[in-house]
Amino acid sequence: MRDFIIKEFKQIFRDYRSMVILFGIPIIQVLLFGFALSLDLNDAHIAVLDRANDEHSKKIIRKLDASSYFIVDTYLQSESEIEALFRKGKVKEVLIFENQFAKKLHNQGHAAVQIIADASDPNTANMTVSYTQAIIANYQQELLTGNTLAMNMKAEPLFFYNPELKSVFMFVPGVITIILLLVSAMMTSISIAREKELGTMEILLVSPIQPFQIILGKVIPYMVLSFINFILILILAFAVFKMPMSGNIPLLMAEALLYILLSLSLGILISTVSNSQQTAMMLSMFALLLPTILLSGFVFPIENMPQILQYLSHIMPSKWFIIIIKDIMLKEAGWREVAFETGILMFETFLFIALSIKKFKIRLA
Amino acid sequence: MNYALEIENLSKAYPSGVKALEHLSCKVEAGSLFGFIGPDGAGKTTLFRILTTLLLPDEGKVNLLGLDLIHDYKKIRQSLGYMPGQFSLYQDLSVEENLNFFAGVFKTNLADNYHLIEDIYKQIEPFKHRRAGKLSGGMKQKLALSCALIHKPQMLFLDEPTTGVDAVSRKEFWQMLHKLRDGGLTIIVSTPYMDEAALCDQVALIQKGKILSINTPQEIIKSFPLQLFALKSTDNYPLLKVLQAEESVHSVWLFGESLHLSLKGNLSIESFEADINRRFPQLTFEVEEIEAGIEDCFMELMYSHGNRS
Amino acid sequence: METVVNVKNLVKKFGSFVANDHLNFEVYKGEIFGFLGANGAGKTTAIKILCGLSKPSSGSIMVAGFDVYRESEKIKKNIGYMSQKFSLYDDLSIAENIRFYGGIYGLTTPKIKEITENYIHELQLQNYTKSMVGELPLGIKQKLAFSIAVMHQPRIVFLDEPTSGVDPITRRQFWELIYSEAAKGTTLFVTTHYMDEAEYCHRVSIMVDGRIDALGSPRELKQQFEAQSMEEVFIKLARKAKRSDG
Repeated sequence: MRDFIIKEFKQIFRDYRSMVILFGIPIIQVLLFGFALSLDLNDAHIAVLDRANDEHSKKIIRKLDASSYFIVDTYLQSESEIEALFRKGKVKEVLIFENQFAKKLHNQGHAAVQIIADASDPNTANMTVSYTQAIIANYQQELLTGNTLAMNMKAEPLFFYNPELKSVFMFVPGVITIILLLVSAMMTSISIAREKELGTMEILLVSPIQPFQIILGKVIPYMVLSFINFILILILAFAVFKMPMSGNIPLLMAEALLYILLSLSLGILISTVSNSQQTAMMLSMFALLLPTILLSGFVFPIENMPQILQYLSHIMPSKWFIIIIKDIMLKEAGWREVAFETGILMFETFLFIALSIKKFKIRLA
Repeated sequence: MNYALEIENLSKAYPSGVKALEHLSCKVEAGSLFGFIGPDGAGKTTLFRILTTLLLPDEGKVNLLGLDLIHDYKKIRQSLGYMPGQFSLYQDLSVEENLNFFAGVFKTNLADNYHLIEDIYKQIEPFKHRRAGKLSGGMKQKLALSCALIHKPQMLFLDEPTTGVDAVSRKEFWQMLHKLRDGGLTIIVSTPYMDEAALCDQVALIQKGKILSINTPQEIIKSFPLQLFALKSTDNYPLLKVLQAEESVHSVWLFGESLHLSLKGNLSIESFEADINRRFPQLTFEVEEIEAGIEDCFMELMYSHGNRS
Repeated sequence: METVVNVKNLVKKFGSFVANDHLNFEVYKGEIFGFLGANGAGKTTAIKILCGLSKPSSGSIMVAGFDVYRESEKIKKNIGYMSQKFSLYDDLSIAENIRFYGGIYGLTTPKIKEITENYIHELQLQNYTKSMVGELPLGIKQKLAFSIAVMHQPRIVFLDEPTSGVDPITRRQFWELIYSEAAKGTTLFVTTHYMDEAEYCHRVSIMVDGRIDALGSPRELKQQFEAQSMEEVFIKLARKAKRSDG
């Protein structure tokens, strides 16, 4: 066993391709997703329909324009122009100040700004809206410090095209989910398939070594490496993208280990049906990776999918794991809140391990 | 007689339904070097996989080292050494790491069993830090053999150990096998090279999943039923075409620089030669009677089994 | 005798490593020429140069009347190639394979049809016209691969270990095919490290450490080295090798 694990580590570290898949791709993916999303928020063009045209509305507009996130360069006359403007695609967001904005603010203590975002690109929409809200809130704060009178501006976001959009910091949980699956399932299945291709599996099978020892020998090294990977992505997310990290960290790690184990057992399952590295690779890509990306809610919101795909998404372990990480990282959930999702992952892990041990043959074919 | 391996009526079909092995039976004496000789696709690898407990036969009984192949597979696995068709080594581990790993798998270690492989291993020991993938064919072969011997097996299975290896390494490899055999190890080897038959104690000629003949190489050669002649000429091809069309020719084959000819019935070679010379004066050739080789026997057996493809 | 391959002082270096060290030989029309050597002796390097896939460091090399430095594209049109692995598509039928390779060498459709019919007749493939090539017996596949390699009537065909592993009867049938092609005037350039294949060649060269150490007919070489077989000749030569292969 010990020999097996040492051997496995040596092989991984010597194969520069596996090292790239293990550590290069995760970092590149995180950076890619991260910057592709955050870069959009430099100089986003926004339009304004200022029905108030008073002191406060003008100040807010100036403040938005002055920030590095937005350029206010279109002024609208009526709501009917909004749709056409979005269709052209130049403007990401429209702000509507209600009539007599300043007056209402002073007299009634609250006034409304409507934020309409083009959510055909949900992540950008999300970002623009939250940044706008932040700037308005900030302005409100400034007013309060100079004025004792309670004045409350309410920014009401309204999402076009994608009304139930939910994806604040969606990409980090999503990338973690994909990377762990990729590294764990693909790498184990490929490494087992490689032994079959080279014929070393024949020798191992003929030796007194037990199938579960072979499986463990494969699982442990990748488990360790995947876990290191997980921590690496977390650090990256925290350091580069300011991902909130306030939840229960030990719980998060435990859940990650569970998910890694699940992915590994999937990898072993794949390897039992593939005899070449290529088959293992293709199976991992098409049977695991694509459904994970498409059905886990990472890229496409599950709520907008056809009913059948929604049902399908329930069997995707990745869907549940994304929920768990988000709950822990963003909502500071404890173990009670994620018990249901954890239960499902545990059940699936047992299922896959049992299946792969059953399918892992003591003989060839 | 003490048999290390007894195969009775063994059959195996591929999932496609094609028969890989058909009613195969044979016995191998303990401490002998036994060769399965046949071309690619004869069923050698399937047979070896069954004998090393990697595949289950469809029918038949196999007794290996006194144990039942199917029920006692766990015990059998502890006393087998196996070298699959390709040199199955971890390409990215060094020579030494490969050996240590396989020793570990068999719950032993290199230091304890060094004496078992010393003869072979010391030839590659100067390269022990080199990755197995960077070794030449001959060195890979020696390393694979060392790995198969490290746990002191009672029986060694070598599936085409000399394929893809140059002539010098091939010769050295057979010398190693003879030494191991002399030390008491039962060795079962497969090869597509007919010329290697002479190096085995006993051979089974195998073709399309059936055994054509089992015997010592000397006996197989002796049992060649006809007189065999080697014909030498400056241009073999026209001569071959002429002879192939002759009624009285039993068989004529290209054989390197010469042709091997055998005649039907008891026609004398002198009268045949005179007849050809008379009818085809442009062909000049010399005739010499020769002893058949394993390859001649194999072809004759294929011919008589109606296996002519 | 017409020369098809003319190699004078071929040198190929990779950095300080001399893969081919002043090779000199000629191959004639209609000849079966065996090109032997252990793994690592420099065989593959030399063949790549002869096929126009790689440029030599120095030397003058003509293949099928073309210069390897300037006319490698013309060389490629005038040579054929068949490796051990047959280079046929297993999931295409016989006719489809012939059509594909015919197309590559620019043969016309009627010509391809004619060739297909000829091959099916000559190689007795009537029973296999509907099967995929992958289902054919090894021997038949090999003969088909050879026929396809010569269908554009190249002046020289390179064969890489053409008969290793096949049964002795199929092997002889295959050599018959090679001899008949040679009788038509095609030159056959056989590379192998199996010495029994060498016995069938008209002349053989043996490479050791990047040099050609022996050149002649198998009979001459056996006399020269006082050996019974080409295998012995080879072992005697290889013992001197410094570039170890084992």
